[in-house]
Amino acid sequence: MLLIRCPYCEEERPELEFRNAGEAHIARSANIAGESDDDFEKFFFIRSNPKGIIYERWRHMHGCARFFNAVRDTVTDKFIMTYKAGEPKPAKLPGASK
Amino acid sequence: MAKAAAKKTAAVTPSAERRPALAGQELSATGVKLAVLPPAERISLRAPEASVAALSKALGVTLPRKPKTSVAKAGRTALWLGPDEWLVLDQAAKDPLADCAKVTALHSAVGISNRNVAIAVTGPAAAATINAGCPQDLSLDAFPVGAASRTILGKVEIVLLRTAADAFRVECWRSFSDYVFTFLSEAARDAAA
Amino acid sequence: MIEAFRIPGAGRLKQAKTARFSFDGQAYAGVEGDTLASALLANGVHLVGRSFKYHRPRGFLSAGAEEPNALVQIERDAARKTPNVRATVQELYDGLTAQSQNRWPSLSFDVGAVNDIASPLFSAGFYYKTFMWPKSAWKNLYEPKIRAAAGLGVAPDQPDPDHYSARFAHCDVLVLGGGAAGIAAALAAAETGVRVMLADEQADFGGSLRFESGARIEGQDGFAWAQAAVAKLRAMDNVRVLSRTTAFGYYAQNFVGLVERIGDHLQKPGRDLPRERLWQVRAKRVVLATGAIERHMVFADNDRPGVMLASAARTYLNHYGVAVGKNVGVYTANDSAYAAAIDLKKAGVNVAAIVDLRDNPTGPVINEARALGMEVNFGRAVIRAGGKLRVSSMTVQPKNGGGERTIPVDAILMSAGWTPSVHLFSQSRGKVAFNDETKRFVPGTYAQDCISVGACNGTDGLMATIDEAYAAGTKAAKDVGAKAAKSTKPKIDASESWSRGMLGAAPGAGPGTTVKAFVDFQNDVTAKDIRQAVHEGMHSIEHVKRFTTNGMATDQGKTSNMHGLAIAAETLGKPIPQVGLTTFRAPYTPVTFGSIVGHARGELFDPTRKTAIQPWAEAHGAVFEDVGQWKRAWYFPKPGEDMHAAVDRECVTVRTTAGLFDASTLGKIEVVGPDAAKFMELLYTNPWEKLEPGRCRYGIMLREDGFIYDDGVVGRLAPDRFHVTTTTGGAPRVMNHMEDYFQTEFPHLNVWLTSITEQWAVIAVQGPKSREIIAPLVEGIDMSDEALPHMSVREGKICGVPTRLFRMSFTGERGFEVNVPADYGQAVWEALWAEGQKHGAGAYGTEAMHVLRAEKGYIIVGQDTDGTVTPNDAGLDWAVGKKKADFVGIRGMARPDLVAKGRKQLVGLKTKDPKVVLEEGAQIVGDPKQAIPMKMIGHVTSSYWSQNCGRSIALALVAGGRDRMGETLYVPMPDKVIEVEVTGMVFFDEKGERLNG
Repeated sequence: MLLIRCPYCEEERPELEFRNAGEAHIARSANIAGESDDDFEKFFFIRSNPKGIIYERWRHMHGCARFFNAVRDTVTDKFIMTYKAGEPKPAKLPGASK
Repeated sequence: MAKAAAKKTAAVTPSAERRPALAGQELSATGVKLAVLPPAERISLRAPEASVAALSKALGVTLPRKPKTSVAKAGRTALWLGPDEWLVLDQAAKDPLADCAKVTALHSAVGISNRNVAIAVTGPAAAATINAGCPQDLSLDAFPVGAASRTILGKVEIVLLRTAADAFRVECWRSFSDYVFTFLSEAARDAAA
Repeated sequence: MIEAFRIPGAGRLKQAKTARFSFDGQAYAGVEGDTLASALLANGVHLVGRSFKYHRPRGFLSAGAEEPNALVQIERDAARKTPNVRATVQELYDGLTAQSQNRWPSLSFDVGAVNDIASPLFSAGFYYKTFMWPKSAWKNLYEPKIRAAAGLGVAPDQPDPDHYSARFAHCDVLVLGGGAAGIAAALAAAETGVRVMLADEQADFGGSLRFESGARIEGQDGFAWAQAAVAKLRAMDNVRVLSRTTAFGYYAQNFVGLVERIGDHLQKPGRDLPRERLWQVRAKRVVLATGAIERHMVFADNDRPGVMLASAARTYLNHYGVAVGKNVGVYTANDSAYAAAIDLKKAGVNVAAIVDLRDNPTGPVINEARALGMEVNFGRAVIRAGGKLRVSSMTVQPKNGGGERTIPVDAILMSAGWTPSVHLFSQSRGKVAFNDETKRFVPGTYAQDCISVGACNGTDGLMATIDEAYAAGTKAAKDVGAKAAKSTKPKIDASESWSRGMLGAAPGAGPGTTVKAFVDFQNDVTAKDIRQAVHEGMHSIEHVKRFTTNGMATDQGKTSNMHGLAIAAETLGKPIPQVGLTTFRAPYTPVTFGSIVGHARGELFDPTRKTAIQPWAEAHGAVFEDVGQWKRAWYFPKPGEDMHAAVDRECVTVRTTAGLFDASTLGKIEVVGPDAAKFMELLYTNPWEKLEPGRCRYGIMLREDGFIYDDGVVGRLAPDRFHVTTTTGGAPRVMNHMEDYFQTEFPHLNVWLTSITEQWAVIAVQGPKSREIIAPLVEGIDMSDEALPHMSVREGKICGVPTRLFRMSFTGERGFEVNVPADYGQAVWEALWAEGQKHGAGAYGTEAMHVLRAEKGYIIVGQDTDGTVTPNDAGLDWAVGKKKADFVGIRGMARPDLVAKGRKQLVGLKTKDPKVVLEEGAQIVGDPKQAIPMKMIGHVTSSYWSQNCGRSIALALVAGGRDRMGETLYVPMPDKVIEVEVTGMVFFDEKGERLNG
């Protein structure tokens, strides 16, 4: 069971309290009704599924209940950092090798 | 016919009996005691930072801003559950919903007195009992007196409040209270180890 | 009574009480403190099992958890039968009953042993080669036969009557392994005041101090020191000491699974005691002090009962006071077997000869052996063990060939050296490194905050071990912020010498030989099998493992892995590190299902959610159905009624008078804030801004893909407050879905969501008499049609308690849903029931609710929709706000495929024969005469007998369904084809007049 740092609770908490919520930084268009089929396809269906660094959303479901973002390495399954929902993608990752 | 019935409104008002879940249930084991607590007034309070002062004033208890903490005053306890979320408990039968109603600052107060059931877990083995199903570190360093957190117990969600070094209040939703009490009862049998 | 092989004055069980036990029906006596193995050996019993494949007679190889051979079945009663218990680990208690396994009809005469004679047929990979053809025979013939022949033990066929407990624990320093190293590390950490946990799999701490007679620490015997040190640790508040506790798995971020065995060693385990306790420990630092496992020598017939590890023989002598024979031989490639020989000799056992593969070893133990008059042979090999049910001789030959000499013996003590136990280290994702000089894999690169100390780290000798372990304990404490404490490092007064050893097959079992020199005892893998696997093309060690089964099964190759690897490497002509180790996986030793399940069985398997009104329903004979975790009253049969009769009556009662229904499980969410209506506009397809306070609307929620996700009636209590209802099953996910959008997509909106599902009990009162039933109990609400029209909500009081009273209908009748605080739910229900009785009303359950709504064509999300149904498909276009610029699903709904012609649409179906009730899920075709597989154009989603309609009714998803009104379609069933007509979805009161009736 992983420990995940919740940026709102400001501490590491057991994975049992969390839920993964898919890839992060996929913006819903303010004019979604006017989007082309291709753009909607990219927004709704296409995910990066990387080997390595992934930016993803988690929810501290059974804690503060907040959604937040996390950077995780899909190879090592290690969380590199977490940050609050709405904050931009971090420019630099702590101790990142790639 | 329909109209006649309508006019008869408020003619009779029998008072209904309150039947809280698991009322009065208790269990004693070596080092730990469980007791279902009497009903309390409860609200779920949501508010932005700017409203906290006004709400604190109206409630008579300062809403905590620090994660995993609570503030108690005169039978009323405010538990930090999230950055804009508090569980306000009142054990003095004073309705916090009414107090919030007077506040014009932006907020959401929703009555949940009947939603939750509270179980007191007390005794030197209280933390061990809860740790049978709760993955958090309940040592006094990590979870001191007054610490409060939404978390997991076995397969359900609870709100945990440490009321003393060897005493916790476990809050869960009404329909999960059977499960929680049974879980804690089984855990209590094993907690002295 | 002293058993034949118990040596008076030897060992540590001198004062112990007698414990009687039986093995294969034969009564024996041992003493408390024995293991089943030591007690059997005390009685001279070596033959305890038959091997897995060849059914060869087997005895005890070891005295610990690595045991591959001595697996027995322990039976306490009919429900408490545990197969594959290692006799070397099972503690003896008075009355213990054990059976041998994998033999028939008896241990000494086993028919299956014909496999041994026929062994050329069973060479490496034989399963893969032999049972390939014909394919169908695998399932019907080979697999059942192999399973019947190969079963190790018998699982009980009754539910496990024991209970198991679980505990999450946190500590600063977790020390795994309680030998000298683990104790020293725990002492060092504990003295600084940090939280320490120390666990060891054995009943007593001490590890190899149990047999190392030469160790003296702090002025006392090493084992005695260990007991004193552990007693000191137990007395400290900041330390938890767990004996009989196996760390079986090392997971991410120093999360370690441990199983504490509490009841298995007790004659009568306390009823309140769990059999086992699972500890899930999160440690800031882990110290691995898991020791080393002695390897056997790989030579012909090295599996004969009586051939065992030297350290095991020494443990049986020095701890249990048991001699493993009267005339033993020793075969070794390192020093440690000498110590065993010396101890046995001093205890009066004859040592026939020591055969040392090394050419010219020197050292104090060799001198001492000679001084004691033992015959010591260098540069020689044991090429064969004699005997069958018990070893009777060893045949010795110079290692480079030459004359053979057979020496009679009744036991052979062997040692090829020691393998560091890096299992947990490897599970932590650490990378092992091969030390070419010592021929050992030792911890190399660490992946977590842990450190290995002592023998598992390749550290030889007690002095170095204690130094290393104590320093590691001190550092671990310092790393977690502890202040330095006064050093109390144990002082070593005397210790034993260590040397290396050998890997792979010994002379006489080398390439080109066909002898049965076992590498892996549990799986009957010989040196030849491994060579053959390589020759047949298995060049990866992982392939060799799977092809030969070397290192598999319950012991996971604790004694065999290194030998197997060395033989594979030699055959491949590659250095060992290039061949590499197989992966170590959890569990380290087998773990019971019970300990993993823990508390989660019986009523704690899954929460059973009950409404506030359930006690009333129970008292009134309701039959319940599971809806998610909820119990819901399904129907209320009267005496003599079956389900159909009860449901028919309930349905008719609702439409003729009224019915009461417990709708408390409906999900309820309070949406509050000045932007509440804006938020609702975005989350539901319907328009909400203009809904007046006091009014309700049926809302549809979509996912972004445009498919129906949930539905429910929403009441606007105030401009900034909505009372939203969801489906019962959808409540948690709908809340999560709404929170997701609220928090991450629309955070600019001033609105909050609170689950109020459990705050309110909900009593639906539906039927022409519903208002008459409710009205007398209500205060402060005008119940007239003008003041409280269909689809409206008011707050007031009922029976003196607050209510949110909805005028709404899921039956098509005049109806209400009375929300009251849950604690009052039952009392208000009872009051309504009493009123209802005056009008002939009844209670109805979920089945009648389903029928009544289907009569009206009201859909149930999740039954009539399946996650691929749009509002248009469901005929709900009217509920989609046409002028809205945005809502979740607005774009998905407009995708080309979702607006294409010919989509499946919800329609009604009437069977041509009104008495025939369709099966839900049945497929629909246009032409029943077409060839199979037929083209399926839809399926039945809901189907009931409707007493109110006097016929069967059904809803179905049918391609282009709304253009097929009046068409005849067909439902092919196994025994017949049912003709149906496509109709509208409303079967009863098409004009909807009864809502105000």
